[in-house]
Amino acid sequence: MLSATLVIGVSFAYLLLLFAVAYFGDWRAAQGRSIIASPWVYALSMAVYCTAWTYFGSVGRAASSGVWFLPIYLGPMLAMTLAWMVVRKMIRIAKTYRITSIADFIASRYGKSPTLAGLVTLITVVGIVPYIALQLKAIASGYAVLTSPLGQPAVQSADWWSDSTLYVALALAGFTMVFGARHLDSTERHEGMVAAIAFESVVKLVAFMAVGLFVSFGLFASPVALFEQAYAVDALRKLLQFGQGQPFAYAQWLGLTLLAMLSVIFLPRQFQVMVVENVDEQHLRRAVWAFPLYLLLINLFVLPIAMGGLLYFGPGAMDPETFILSLPLSQGYNALALFAFVGGLSAATGMVIVEAIAVSTMVCNDLVMPLLLRMRRFGARASGDLTGLLLGIRRLAILIILLLGYLYFHLAGEAYALVSIGLISFAAVAQFAPAMLGGMYWKGGTRHGALTGLLLGFAFWVYTLMLPSLAKSGWLDDGFLHHGLWGVVWLKPEAFLGLTGLDNLTHSLFWSLLANVGGYVGVSLWRAPSARETSQALLFVDVFNRKAGARPVFWQGRAKVSALLPLAGRFLGAEQAQRLFAEYARREGVASIEHIPADARLVQFVETQLTGAIGSASARVMVASVVEEEPLDLDDVMRILDEASQLRAYSHELEEKSQSLERATTELREANEKLKSLDRLKDDFMSSVTHELRTPLTSIRALSELMRDDDHMDLAQRQQFLGIIVVEAERLSRLVNQVLDMAKIEAGHAEWHNAVVDMRELLEQASATMRETYRERGVALQLQLSTAVQPLWADADRITQVVLNLLSNAAKYAPRGSGQVHLSLKDSTDGIAVEVQDNGPGISQEQQSMVFEKFRQVSGDDHYRPGGTGLGLPISRQIVEHFGGHMWLHSSPGQGAVFGFFLPRQGVDAERTASTDQPLI
Amino acid sequence: MFQGLVAQRLVALFFAGWALLNFPLLALWDHDILIGGLPLFPIALFGVWALLIAVLACVVEGGAASRSSMLHERPD
Repeated sequence: MLSATLVIGVSFAYLLLLFAVAYFGDWRAAQGRSIIASPWVYALSMAVYCTAWTYFGSVGRAASSGVWFLPIYLGPMLAMTLAWMVVRKMIRIAKTYRITSIADFIASRYGKSPTLAGLVTLITVVGIVPYIALQLKAIASGYAVLTSPLGQPAVQSADWWSDSTLYVALALAGFTMVFGARHLDSTERHEGMVAAIAFESVVKLVAFMAVGLFVSFGLFASPVALFEQAYAVDALRKLLQFGQGQPFAYAQWLGLTLLAMLSVIFLPRQFQVMVVENVDEQHLRRAVWAFPLYLLLINLFVLPIAMGGLLYFGPGAMDPETFILSLPLSQGYNALALFAFVGGLSAATGMVIVEAIAVSTMVCNDLVMPLLLRMRRFGARASGDLTGLLLGIRRLAILIILLLGYLYFHLAGEAYALVSIGLISFAAVAQFAPAMLGGMYWKGGTRHGALTGLLLGFAFWVYTLMLPSLAKSGWLDDGFLHHGLWGVVWLKPEAFLGLTGLDNLTHSLFWSLLANVGGYVGVSLWRAPSARETSQALLFVDVFNRKAGARPVFWQGRAKVSALLPLAGRFLGAEQAQRLFAEYARREGVASIEHIPADARLVQFVETQLTGAIGSASARVMVASVVEEEPLDLDDVMRILDEASQLRAYSHELEEKSQSLERATTELREANEKLKSLDRLKDDFMSSVTHELRTPLTSIRALSELMRDDDHMDLAQRQQFLGIIVVEAERLSRLVNQVLDMAKIEAGHAEWHNAVVDMRELLEQASATMRETYRERGVALQLQLSTAVQPLWADADRITQVVLNLLSNAAKYAPRGSGQVHLSLKDSTDGIAVEVQDNGPGISQEQQSMVFEKFRQVSGDDHYRPGGTGLGLPISRQIVEHFGGHMWLHSSPGQGAVFGFFLPRQGVDAERTASTDQPLI
Repeated sequence: MFQGLVAQRLVALFFAGWALLNFPLLALWDHDILIGGLPLFPIALFGVWALLIAVLACVVEGGAASRSSMLHERPD
């Protein structure tokens, strides 16, 4: 046992730590560096689903019924598979229309009905207050276990003023007021609170797993040894079996799974953390699997702890719900027990804090405000800032909710009502499912339908689940349980209309959901939705189909900025309203607030902002009171929708047109660039050609002038000069021929005389032609030719031209005297490949890309050769490409160069069938 | 109701989960034996659960290609 002072001291130290975390979260948010803008924090905050009921209750349930604690967590697993669609839609709707609670969501969807909002709030309060009481009870009983001698009944203080649970409740109320209702924010987001909740989720998981590891590996040798021992005891062995000796209760299993599936989305605290506090829709992508993983981990050791406790203490000796504390205590691990208690405390406080915020928002916006705004003092015609009043109401609501929870806990004590309240609360919030889901996916649902469904579902819930649980606690005469209401047997609450064979919870869930869905659908189909219902249905169901600018605004009438601005100021604060209007003006592109057009969009903007602060129903009433509205009928709604879709179609069309224009512009720009570069290339060509022409011309002219001016030049000298002139003239004509050739090929006027070509013979002839040149330069030419080469269909003269060009290039670059040139021919089924390899200086990487480009050979180039024209390789490439082949160059400086080309046989075959004088494209 | 490949996969996974965790597939584990020293039925439930989480993670976090298609899809 631990001293009371220590436990209380640690508990309050933990609460202080929570304050610090929340304060840090708020501080970082104010600096614009949010710590909750992470998918992991988002997933952890969703784990507020695991309350003290999970933390202590799962072990209790496992100890009495084996794996039956699991459906409560398998349901969320299944719900999360659809969360990417369903919850994301809820987030989008809530963010777009500033919806901050479930009550507001349902009310807003069905025409902003205050009645509906009030009803949802009432159901929530009735369903949730006992659940809060359960958390306080968990803290109290945990405290009692820690501070009483082990095995003895825990003594709880009888007087309320000496009950530490009350002070825990008050501390939680304080925390919730500070971090949940400190200032008015029209999005109702609380960064610090979310940070604290995520922190609590980590604490409870670590604490639970620590005890689990202790039991599995400390108290027992291993989980295997633990289960071996459990299997030796008949009662425990039965718990671990499938049917536990009876037929498996499939209906109950299904009912529990379905219930948990709905609860994980529709519990007010889940809605708060999943939808309202969501920072970024994309965080959902991580959370949909991380959250179920969290649930799996926190449940991993439930069975070992339950079995371990039952084995260690023996059945019935100790309350299984406290095993997590009593097992470490029994071994003297007081610190671990205290840590486990802090884990339970975090599970309980997390739930209480978020639930209190969510419920207080509902109570303030959907119960108190509508009543208050009817009073002359606060109503539409009144003036004065109401932000302080709003905050005051919320804080008071938080305090009252927590005190109600405490009161319920104090009165109910150990009664049955408290033990089973977790599932009873789940069944209450499951009643929201038809109206919520129907509202998101079905446009036909009406306000009357939703009201009927909720009322019927709630009534069945009260009659078949809530009242029996109160009767079993002895608070009511339980006569109606056994004999039916007024003695009518088929009205028995746990066997309604004589339906038996189901457990209480499944029975109640079946009847309440059946009545709920039946009422909702039946009454909705009774008559067509009104204009307001239709307009809201369109906004909700089609929320993903419209971009912000293209949403239809279902409002008509006359408004004045001078009336709307003060209205916003009353509920949001004058400064904030001024800022919002200025921002709106900037977005609209007008000079100042006075110039804002007071049209439907402005009215909608103000109404949306007010919705965040006081709920959609009250916002509707307030806005309607300061503008002159013309009522909408169904035709108006359809007309507005039509206009919006037309606008959307126009804007879509416009977007497409501008896109195609953009495309055309890009294409034109590209074409222009290409033309420009071609133009530049032509200029380069002209300059290089003229340069090449000028060199021989200069020498011809110089030598001719020498001979003209010098009459006494001797014959030998004259002969030598004339020889040079002839050589230069030949070079000139060769150059001119090549330029002409190039131009012809490029223009497609070249003539091709295709015939069957034996490549081996062709190469041998070409090398014979060059042999003299090679001998003169002292370069060795070696041939490596495949023996049997299939004939090709090509122009023999042109191919010879290519080969000669390659051979003469190689001869020029190979070192004089020691040059080695290899000419090789390889034949394959695809075609033939010819390569010419020299052992010259090689070509650097950057030059390699240029050698096949005509006109690139300009002076300054390392490979600039006065003897060549710089057109040989480009012409060769044109020829090879004409036959469908390609040319390449492999070289690195100092390693020589390999020029080669490939001629495909297939392309040649095709060529054979086509005209022989096909112009080159 | 749900368009887009990822949405359809998720719906399929949802129904697969229902099928695996309810009548009659649950009865597959109706054997009173120990698997590696641990009781079969709880192990099977946790196993199916872990499998669902793994598949769900793969579907929603899957490659960059599906990421961009998810951003542009309409979920209903």
